[in-house]
Amino acid sequence: MGAWFWWMIFGMAVVTYIPRAIPLTFLEGRELPEAVQSVLRNIPYAVLGALIFPAVFFIQENVWFGVIGAVSAFVIAFTGANVILVVLGTIAILSIYGLWFG
Amino acid sequence: MQEHGFSSGLKAGASIAIGYFPVALTFGLLAKTTGLSLIEATAMSIFVFAGAAQYISLSLITAGVLPALIVVNTFIVNIRHFLMTAALNEKMEPDARWKKALYAFGITDETFTVLATQQGDKIRTSFAAGVIVISYGSWVVFTSLGHLIGASLPGFLQASMSIALYAMFVGLLVPSMKGNRKVVSLALIAALFNSLFFFTGWLSTGWAIMVSTLASAIIVELISRKGVAA
Repeated sequence: MGAWFWWMIFGMAVVTYIPRAIPLTFLEGRELPEAVQSVLRNIPYAVLGALIFPAVFFIQENVWFGVIGAVSAFVIAFTGANVILVVLGTIAILSIYGLWFG
Repeated sequence: MQEHGFSSGLKAGASIAIGYFPVALTFGLLAKTTGLSLIEATAMSIFVFAGAAQYISLSLITAGVLPALIVVNTFIVNIRHFLMTAALNEKMEPDARWKKALYAFGITDETFTVLATQQGDKIRTSFAAGVIVISYGSWVVFTSLGHLIGASLPGFLQASMSIALYAMFVGLLVPSMKGNRKVVSLALIAALFNSLFFFTGWLSTGWAIMVSTLASAIIVELISRKGVAA
């Protein structure tokens, strides 16, 4: 790659940083209207729903990987296991599935 | 060790580090086949630190797209972070602006979800630093490693590890879902909107996640105010 590549990285770095930094610095010490605060408090759980579905089904060409993975993760999480156990347990189950049927 | 400080952050971020491992490794490998040198690939992970945008940039480079357009596209893909960091700001302890400007660099979809779902009152800056350091470290180191060894994991492990970040999202969501209809509705409605956008192709991924999230957060708030849910 040439010099353009470094300019591109610089540009990418700037435009990635802006949406991350502006709200955190600009909103510091500012009280938002109660209605806006309530909506913002809802964001994390809504984001999780959108990040999981439907992308989880398309992690591999074989859609069963995603289906079995998602079900396993939900089942393990519902037993009360902490996050790292959910992650490792789901990977273990899919590894076994992959070795047998992959 | 102070409670919920840097070391707790490292622990909370460990699942992100595991999840980034296969993604960064593959990014390093793809960067190599795209023609980036080890330094160039690693520099992109060091300075940009945005999984989706970095992957897309590789395919755009291959397609010969103008670098300026790649930058514009990167911005569009990352616009959703405006919403996430605005939400995160409500959870973070007040701190000097320069410190917040510093850790803002490390807010990704994954670090955001880990931070924003922490129980309790306010998140300490040192906790956020811990989550970010371990995630960023994994992203950068495994990008280099992927480029260096020029191969991905054995097939079955590559396939099974591709679930890691999704399993983490599930692991973060479920504890809050139990006995909380509001949380269930929030996740469900956002998931339905996002699936709609995905299957109809109405919105690209970055926009779809932002619009679904915002729509769900507003709808559920309006309903719960009327006392139907919550």
